[in-house]
Amino acid sequence: MFTRYTAALAALLLVGAAPFARAADKPTDPQIAHIAYTAGVLDIEAAKQAIKTSKNKEVVAFAKDMERDHEAVNKQALDLVKKLKVKPEDNATSQALTKAAEEERAKLAKLKGAAFDKAYIENEVAYHKQVNGALETLLIPSASNAELKSLLETGLKIFQGHEQHAEHVAGMLK
Amino acid sequence: MKAGALIRLSWLAALALTAAPAAAATIEITIDKLVFSPATVEAKVGDTIEWVNKDVVAHTATVKGVWEVLIPPKKAASLTLKAAGAVDYFCRFHPNMKGHVNVAP
Repeated sequence: MFTRYTAALAALLLVGAAPFARAADKPTDPQIAHIAYTAGVLDIEAAKQAIKTSKNKEVVAFAKDMERDHEAVNKQALDLVKKLKVKPEDNATSQALTKAAEEERAKLAKLKGAAFDKAYIENEVAYHKQVNGALETLLIPSASNAELKSLLETGLKIFQGHEQHAEHVAGMLK
Repeated sequence: MKAGALIRLSWLAALALTAAPAAAATIEITIDKLVFSPATVEAKVGDTIEWVNKDVVAHTATVKGVWEVLIPPKKAASLTLKAAGAVDYFCRFHPNMKGHVNVAP
């Protein structure tokens, strides 16, 4: 059932512009909560790797911004699911996101200096673009609880800000 | 009226007079869900702008190379305007957030 939208997400991760909205099957609220939370955790992990590895002031500052914002949003998400008594449900999309992030982390672990900085920031641009696309076209329209939907909408605005911020840092590295 | 009361009154008048020129306004701008509201404000030199951040993430009000105010989550921060002119500001952490201040001399 959700292999369909998982396939769509996998395609999106690969080519960056798959038609998410056409996925026939909608994820449920517990799955949406899990996907959104996982996406945040993965970006925090990427940020930690960058803080440890990078020597570039701008890149480290950006990574710290990501860590701080995603932790704040995820804390809000946890508070909400607790309040709503929703148990986030692991699913194929969360697993696909996690696998892709692990591969990216392994790739980045082999890089140093300017090559690391460039690869990290470029991936941040691409990652936020993908997650924002998924939020906009699949996760937000599929969410049935109004509070969850509202949190996702605010999250989208924050992450769109991150995407622009990442693009700005990428421009400075050139 | 007794002399004492008169003196007190004149004191009050003096206080009011000295307070008048310093009666600069404080203009409040709310940040909620990544929106500066109102997005455009009219102010004059000496006024203070106070940003009240209702979000769970920190924001900035930044005019590149001129001034920057950091507004922590669920907190407020302010800035006293020192120069006249119209400025566009944005949030450095979330550049999709934009605001505008017209500062009259």
